[in-house]
Amino acid sequence: MDDRPIAEASRGIRRPGIRPRPSLWRQLDMSARFSFPALSTALLLLLLAAPLGLDCQAALQGAVALGCVFFWSVYRPSSMPPLAVFLLGVLADLLSAAPLGVAVLILLLLHGTAMRWRRVLARQGFIPVWLVFSALALAAALLQWLLTAALTFRLLPPGPALFIGVLATGLYPLLAVALIRAHQTLAEPDHA
Amino acid sequence: MIRLSIPVRQALARLTLPVLIAVAFGLMLLGKADTLLAERARIALSDALAPIYAVMAQPLDHVQLLLRNGRRVLSVFEDNARLRQENERLRHWQSVALALDTENARLKANLHWIPDPQAHYVTARVVADAGGVYARSVLLAAGPNHHITKGQIALDDRGLVGRVTEVGSRSVRVLLITDLNSRIPVTLEGSGARAMLMGTNGPRPRLMHWPEGVHPMEGERVVTSAEAGAFPPGLIVGTVHYSATNIPEVQPAARLDRLEIVRIFDYGLRGVLSPEAGDGPPAWHARHDRRQINGR
Repeated sequence: MDDRPIAEASRGIRRPGIRPRPSLWRQLDMSARFSFPALSTALLLLLLAAPLGLDCQAALQGAVALGCVFFWSVYRPSSMPPLAVFLLGVLADLLSAAPLGVAVLILLLLHGTAMRWRRVLARQGFIPVWLVFSALALAAALLQWLLTAALTFRLLPPGPALFIGVLATGLYPLLAVALIRAHQTLAEPDHA
Repeated sequence: MIRLSIPVRQALARLTLPVLIAVAFGLMLLGKADTLLAERARIALSDALAPIYAVMAQPLDHVQLLLRNGRRVLSVFEDNARLRQENERLRHWQSVALALDTENARLKANLHWIPDPQAHYVTARVVADAGGVYARSVLLAAGPNHHITKGQIALDDRGLVGRVTEVGSRSVRVLLITDLNSRIPVTLEGSGARAMLMGTNGPRPRLMHWPEGVHPMEGERVVTSAEAGAFPPGLIVGTVHYSATNIPEVQPAARLDRLEIVRIFDYGLRGVLSPEAGDGPPAWHARHDRRQINGR
């Protein structure tokens, strides 16, 4: 994937070219596209809290949050700023009845790591990115287990948390297919 | 808006993440120090979401029904054979139950038995699986003028589901008996021994603290006990089942994995209450005070 336009967009550099007039409608369209990553992630989280009758919905919610935040942090960080990650974390914590702050910290750390490595990651093919993500997802799962145990003063079985890491790893290719498509079309402000 | 020079803006942008990470730690401490705050935030979110989920629930139900029916069509022959057998067996039990019922009524009449007061209940729809990785709870949609209070008891059509732990204006959260924080005083029906039922976040809560000399039997029925005044006696919880590691667990009678409609019973029990439980509507306060006075 060509990293240049993304890097430029994240730095706010506008390339030369003929542009339509910035009418109100166009500005609305652009801001909608700009906020698509954070809003779609929030909507996905809310949807996964609905009674869909899936077996591992709680784990699915955590896995989707990890996948979305990682993807957008690597490929379009301007649309996934730290504040958005923070708010997504609060939403995830409130929805999952977890101790407040656990998902916030995990998602922020994931975002920070992805941001730090994105210069390298965005140039790689899919498989290396997936491998890095699976390592990060497992680390996130471990951290979640540690934090939840520390905050509830109880020794918890690590299984359910690790399951999130595994699920996130397995889910990432599916998620990435949809998100890459969205990244090139829906979430692209230049398409407005 | 204040215009900042580019280096200042870049420095600020670089600072955002560490500051937010620090805030996340602060949030954890705050959530630990003031549990009421997290609870209020959760209730506010549930109140906002419950009506939306309630609207979504109907089409979702249709889809699920369609899927389930599709699956049932495939096994209709086996099901029919099984149901016919079961029907035979149940018919036998029905006659036994009817006979016992009349006998029971006659004995109670002879003893001048004071009947237990009928508990008042409301029915509510489960709108969200509010559980997390280390939490098992469900969210119910309740009308704006519901009189549900903390500590009331949730049952489905088969058995005990859990207790109400958070009450909002439109939503109610029920802590399931499988949750890690759930502790329920129970009675083993066969031996009459008391025990505690501890949630483990797994599908089957664990049986603990039964008296010495008593062994929970496989398949024995477990019902609630009135110990500590949190539950009325005799609500069906489930049956004893020994796990692979020979630990007695209870297979819940309620279908906790697919709750759709739940009844919330008000047995008027206020035995175990958290300190902030007095947040109920004013009418409830009056009732509560009277009961306290009567109790003394």
